[in-house]
This record gives sequence, structure tokens and C-alpha cells, in this order.
Amino acid sequence: MPVKTESFYLNVGPQHPSTHGVFRLRLTLDGEVVVDVEPIVGYLHRGIEKLAETRTYTQIIPLTDRLDYLASMTDNVAYCLAVEKLAGIKVPERAEYIRIIISELMRISSHMMAVGFYLNDCGAFFTPVLYMWREREKILDLFDMLCGQRLLYNYMRVGGVSQDLPDDFLPALKKFVDEMPKYIGEYNQLIKDNEIFLARSKGVGILPKETAVNIGASGPVLRASGVKWDLRKMDPYSIYDRFDFDVPIGEVGDCYDRYWVRVLEMMQSLRIIEQAMKQMPQEGPVIADVPQFFRPPKGETYGYIEAPKGNLGFYIVSDGSIAPYRLHIFPPTLINITALKDMMVGWKVADMIIIFGSMDVVLGEIDR
Amino acid sequence: MTLLDQFQLFLKGLGWPEWAWYAVPAIVGILVIIVFVLTIVIVFIWWERRLISRFQIRLGPNRCGPEGIFQPIATAVKILLKEDIVPDKADKLIHFLAPIIVFMPILLIFAVIPISQGAVLVDLNVGIVYVIAISSISVIGIFMAAWGSANKYSYISGMRSIAQMVSYELPVVLSLVGVALVAGSFSTVKIVEAQGIPFILMMPLGFMIFFLGSLAEMNRSPFDLLEADSEIVAGYHIEYSGMKFAMFYLGEYGVALAYAGIITTLFLSGWQGPLLPPVIWFIVKVMLVFSVIVWIRSTVPRFRVDQLMSFAWKCMLPLAVINLIIIAIEVLAIPAALQWVMIIVNFAAAGLLVLLWSRLFTLGGGRVEV
Repeated sequence: MPVKTESFYLNVGPQHPSTHGVFRLRLTLDGEVVVDVEPIVGYLHRGIEKLAETRTYTQIIPLTDRLDYLASMTDNVAYCLAVEKLAGIKVPERAEYIRIIISELMRISSHMMAVGFYLNDCGAFFTPVLYMWREREKILDLFDMLCGQRLLYNYMRVGGVSQDLPDDFLPALKKFVDEMPKYIGEYNQLIKDNEIFLARSKGVGILPKETAVNIGASGPVLRASGVKWDLRKMDPYSIYDRFDFDVPIGEVGDCYDRYWVRVLEMMQSLRIIEQAMKQMPQEGPVIADVPQFFRPPKGETYGYIEAPKGNLGFYIVSDGSIAPYRLHIFPPTLINITALKDMMVGWKVADMIIIFGSMDVVLGEIDR
Repeated sequence: MTLLDQFQLFLKGLGWPEWAWYAVPAIVGILVIIVFVLTIVIVFIWWERRLISRFQIRLGPNRCGPEGIFQPIATAVKILLKEDIVPDKADKLIHFLAPIIVFMPILLIFAVIPISQGAVLVDLNVGIVYVIAISSISVIGIFMAAWGSANKYSYISGMRSIAQMVSYELPVVLSLVGVALVAGSFSTVKIVEAQGIPFILMMPLGFMIFFLGSLAEMNRSPFDLLEADSEIVAGYHIEYSGMKFAMFYLGEYGVALAYAGIITTLFLSGWQGPLLPPVIWFIVKVMLVFSVIVWIRSTVPRFRVDQLMSFAWKCMLPLAVINLIIIAIEVLAIPAALQWVMIIVNFAAAGLLVLLWSRLFTLGGGRVEV
């Protein structure tokens, strides 16, 4: 007599330790095997796009902090670049370099959180996360020096940055950049050669090249699948064309590649920071002459950057008033997680969790 | 003469009736075991939290008393004051009984563990068999909790628990048979006395298999699939709160203590040791084993469920069988005076086999077509 089995539904989230916020997955399981996946988003919807319509261009900057709250600085940069493109504002040289340094620091910090929590999803009881946090803490201290904030910075301004670097910032940054490769080596020692980790993540949750391109994935998720696409190289915004760095790519697009690409990107970010520190003008203005209630000309524009999690874009429609007529945010992780079903079906519950963890999602950005 | 015999003689001397010679030592022994287990469990909870925070470059609880030693007591008070929630759809009786059935066998294991010379509640001649039989009862309790909670997460956990416990029981038992062969007895007291050289040196492979198997039996990392907090939240005890949850919590550390005690007794020469009193040696060894368990927990990620099963059936079971065969041959061939030969042969065999398996063995599994 053949054994008859019956599938059942399992709600993962919105309250679940591994959904990185309030994400919800409605799974159909056959025993432990995932048969069907239905991602449900929207639990952290705060209407940022609508709120932006009633605020001045400067007042929107704190709202962008709340998008990807693990990489607030790059959110600020993306928005400011879009507004500058719209209004044709030229950013002072020194401010450009400060932006680059800070974006790359933010990328390191964001990738550290991604790698640490990915390991946590694999079941390593918080040790990798806490080691990652040790270094992330130093980055947060650097940001604390800049603007007195540790999570939601509101540091960028349209036309530059809100204040110049304090005197002790660059020595502290130098120390951090010098020490960091040693710590990355330490993390690799802890994580990379662990047999259980390899068994868990190699070949799991493969996102093929074609699928990744078809869904419009970006960031480390796309690069892990073997597509060499980085906006910093392909369409250099700001002053990224002045730096020499590589774009690491993965081979097969499994969870291991997504982890490893992030580690390699941290090293590349350090390279960019080192070059930026050398090239940066010693003094000069850090903000262009932009009035508080400035009115960009009528029109629309789309500004985008390579944020830590992918291609982050701001689409702004201006009607010539002090507030945008419409602001739309293009969130990279929302696009990336559209591939979840392709990646998860056929794997076990435990794999489902680590596949989701390897995507490195932040719900603030997905739900906006 | 054991402590028990001395106690009976003392009662006879007082002129107590004959039934009291047996009843009073039994009750006193049970009380001593409960107090001993609960005290060490509290120390374990504190020790795990402090030690794991050291591994994780943080301080851990250090406010409540010197070095945070009273933190487990504060935790216990907190848990006791919590509301006892029973899910509406739960099977009330099974939901109520499960924590008791999980916790009770752990206390029973201690009846045969010699804490010091002669300090054992009952010296069964089938001590190891008794330990294996009793420790398997916990699975039933875990499955009752999982099933009785009427929760899908705990249901998955319950299914995992049966598969895991049954698979890992086999290599554990087979590695224990090796111990019994060398010691020539199933009695835990005799096994301790037989260890002039600790058995960890005589049968390193057997120790490794038993240690990993017992990690799986006590649901410790990397085999903590039953309560995998990142996957199935808390597994079988997801719907428990208050005192019932405390029973699971105590059970989790109690079983760690029990297995640490068994490992100490069977492989680390029990209470034997120079200079210090035997009880201290026993506790030091138990803490050492527990520290290694905590170390492993803080370092490695978790297996997936199919990898867990293939590790048990494709790696540990064949190794346990080969280990048993090697030891059986050695017991027949090598005279007792030449035990150091056995050490060399077994270390060589263990190294060779582990190397072989690490090359040839694959966990397999992967994507399933649906």
C-alpha cells in the first residue's frame, strides 16, 4: 500500500525570529519539503512616499533614513543625488569624497550584518553576529563622530553633507581601515572553512543567471549569480570613476556565493576608502549654496546608486514647489525577493530560512 | 562497603524496624539526588551563560550577585511568576504530562552514576542498559509536548525528534558495548574501577561517537534541530510557559548534566583522580565536559534534518560497528597487562577511519523535485 501524505500550510512570520523584521511567508509543506511559497509583504508600510509629498526636499532626508535602516547613509546619498540631478546642483569636491567614504563604510557595515545574521539563520548561536558587531560598532562610532547618531543619521544634505569631518575622524578611519583586513581574515577562519556551514550553504538555493537577470535582481544577489553588474562601474555616479576597484562575482549563485561575494565586497570597499582618503582635498566647502526651502525646476528625474543591497533608485516628480509632487522609491530587496519561490521550492524548511537570510532583506525598505 | 551499607548499619544500630532500613535510605537518597541535580543545573545555567558570553566577546549576566551567580535564581523566580498558558486546541492532559515525562527520567539516570567511591544510590549490574533504557523515555515526553500543543512548528519538531533520537540511539549503544567489553561489566561502579587508564585513551573513536551521539540525544548544537530557534522558533516547547516551561528548561540542562556524568563515568574514569577528593574530581570532570558542549554550541552552525540523518546512518553507525569489532578483537587478543598496545592501535585506527570517512563520506541530500 503506498503511503499517502498530505501537505499543510505553515505561516512563517510576521512574528518569527528569522524573518528579519515583519516579513511573512505562507508555506505549503510536504513534511519538511517546501512545495509552495507565497511571500506577503506590507506589515511595515509607513507610507513614506506619501509622507514625502507634504515635506520640503530637506525634510525628506530623515524619512529616507527609515528605508533601509541598516544602511541609512546610502539611502540619504541616493535621495540627495536624485534631487541634485533634478535641480542641477554641483556638489563640492570635498563633500563628494566624504560621501564616497561614508557610503563604503556603510556598505561594510551592512554586509557585516548580512553575513552575521545569515550565519545565525544557519543556526550558529549568535557568535558570528557578535563578532561582526564588534567591527560594526567601530563604524557606528565613526558615524557618531560625524553626526551624533548611530542608526538614523540624517547626515547628507542636498548639495553636500551637513557638516565637515571632525579632526579626529580621519585618524580613527585610518586605524579602522588598517585593522579591518585582519578581522575579515578572522571571520573567514571562523566561518568559511566550517564543514557544517559548507554543507548547509553550498549548492543551496541556486539563483540561475538568467532568472536573476529576468527578475531584475541587483546587488550581491545578482553578482553572486555570476553577472558582473555594479552601477559603480557600469554607470559611475558621483566620483566613482576615479577609483580603482574590482567587482567580485560568484560562480553558481548559491547561498555560499552570496555570502562570499559580500565578504569580497568588504575588501573592495576598504580599497576605495583608502584611495579616497589619499585623494580627498584637505579643506574646502562641504555643502553647495542651497537655500533651505529651495524649489527645483519643474520636471522629473530618476537617481540611482549601488546601495549595499542593490540598485536603489529615487524617482522624483517636481511641480516647482518646495515639496515633490511625487516621490517613488525603487527598493532593491523587494525586487530581489521576487525570486524567492524559484529558489525555495523543493528545499527543506531549514534551507528556506537560510535562502531568505542570504538575500539580506530589510523590511523597512521593502514595505516603505 | 558503600555509603548505603553504612547508612543501613547505622539505622540497625539505632534499633529501627527492618522495613525502615530500606525505606529511609531510599527517600534520603532520592532527596540527595534531587538537591544535587538541581544545584548543579543552576550552576550549569549560570556557567553556560557566562562562558558563552566569553566566546562571544561580551560579559554575560554580571549584575545579580557576585559574577552574576544569582541570575539563574532570578530567572527561576521570573518563570514561576509567569502565567500558565494552555492553547485552546491543545490536548490538555498530554500537554500537562509532557514536561513531567521529559524531566523525570533525567533524575532516574543519576541513580546509577557513582559520584564518589561507594556513593551511588544503587549499583545495578546492568547499569549501562538501565541508563540507555531510561534516557530514551524523554523522547516520548518530547513527542507528547509536540503533539499536544496543536502547533505546526512543534509538530515539525516532534517529527524531527523521533527521527533524531531513534537514529542516534544506535551508534551510542554500540559505542557503549565497547566500554562494557573492555571493563568486563555493565555496572557503572565496576566500569569506573576498571579505568586505571581512562577509556577515552583506550577507545578514542568510541568516545567520539558517544560524545557526538549524546550531543544529538540532548538536543545540543549542532544537533539542536528540535528547538532550532531560527527555523521552528522553539520547537516542541513553543506553547509552554511558566512552570511547565521551567521543567523543559531544567530538563535541557539536567540531561546535559546526566550525559556529562555518563561520559565522565564511562570514559573519563569517573571520580578517580590524584590529590583532590573524589567528589571534586567528579564535578570538575563534569564541568569540563559541559564546557566542551558549550564551546561547540557557540562555534558551529546547525545541521539540516536530512544531513543529520545521513550523518547518523552513513557515518556514525558504520564507525561504531567497526569500533566495536576492533575492540572485541583486542579484548580477545591483547592481555590486560598490555593495555598501552591497545591505546596505540586504537588511536591509529581512529585517525585512519576518521580520515577515510572525511574523504569518502558525503552528506548527500539536497533539492527535492516537487
